Amino acid sequence: MKKILALLLVSVFAFFAITLVQSDQLVPKFGDADLSSRVSDKYISKSVSVDNKVVEYGETVNAETGSANLVTSIVVNYRSFDTLGEVTVLFISALGISLIVGTTDGMIKRSESGFILKTGSKVLMPILLIVGIYVITHGHLTPGGGFQGGSMIASAVLLLLISDHEFVPNMNKFKVLEGLSGSLYIIIGLVSISLTGYFLKNFMPTGQVGELMSAGIIPIIYLFIGLKVGSELTGILSDFLKKEANV
Amino acid sequence: MNATVVLELFISIVLIFIGVLIVFSKNIIKSIIFLSILSMITAVSFVMLKAPDVAITEIVIGSGLITFLFLFTLKTSKKAGDSE
Repeated sequence: MKKILALLLVSVFAFFAITLVQSDQLVPKFGDADLSSRVSDKYISKSVSVDNKVVEYGETVNAETGSANLVTSIVVNYRSFDTLGEVTVLFISALGISLIVGTTDGMIKRSESGFILKTGSKVLMPILLIVGIYVITHGHLTPGGGFQGGSMIASAVLLLLISDHEFVPNMNKFKVLEGLSGSLYIIIGLVSISLTGYFLKNFMPTGQVGELMSAGIIPIIYLFIGLKVGSELTGILSDFLKKEANV
Repeated sequence: MNATVVLELFISIVLIFIGVLIVFSKNIIKSIIFLSILSMITAVSFVMLKAPDVAITEIVIGSGLITFLFLFTLKTSKKAGDSE
């Protein structure tokens, strides 16, 4: 009876969702949307404050935001204040976890891990670390960025934590790194206020679209976000491991 | 129908099937592993929708860290009626 009711409910929801998507009023057909009346056109041509112009990869110099990756140019340049909020949300959740499950008696006691985990993590850990650093430093050119790269670095440390039971990281250094990079993000915003008058506005030359050294403050901010997210997630994971060892 | 549409339909049907498996499997650890597989296949569908940024996030967070957190929470929590 319960399952039949659930199935009925799901099919009613699916019917409404499909009819709403199919109808032309709510969502226009693929390719039919009038982009000139929307803000996304401005983001694509990187010209929110000036007239529209064509942006070409590897040729355009001194665009409004020099990032080749469109998502990054929105997340860290046009909507950087939102990203500051996201980082704050992650910080508050890490704070809550360390308040609830964190302990001060330091050592993480772990049981001996298996042969496959030990050997596999030796191969996988350096690759994960390098890919994480690559994703962070190329955040303005290729998909990904600070959040994704930071999570990759945290999973590399997690592999070390569960495979090598003699590896005990110094969590205080991670916390110092986290606080330092979080404050530097805000300090960049304050410097931007004093130079341009707007919080987190790009105040450095943007350079040529597609170069590694381009896009002004975007790579710097993404570096700080990557360090912050990586050390924060490592702190959360080690808190969980300590809790598991103490039970 | 061209090949991409067929592949997208196939991925969607597999996603629904794995979602049903997550809800109705008796073993919680099996549910968590199915959740991890669901994240992997969702990442494939994100790549097909031309959203590689979201796909990377889905693989790293959904399939890596969330699985770890769920498994350790399950290991740490006690059954009702266990003594202290």
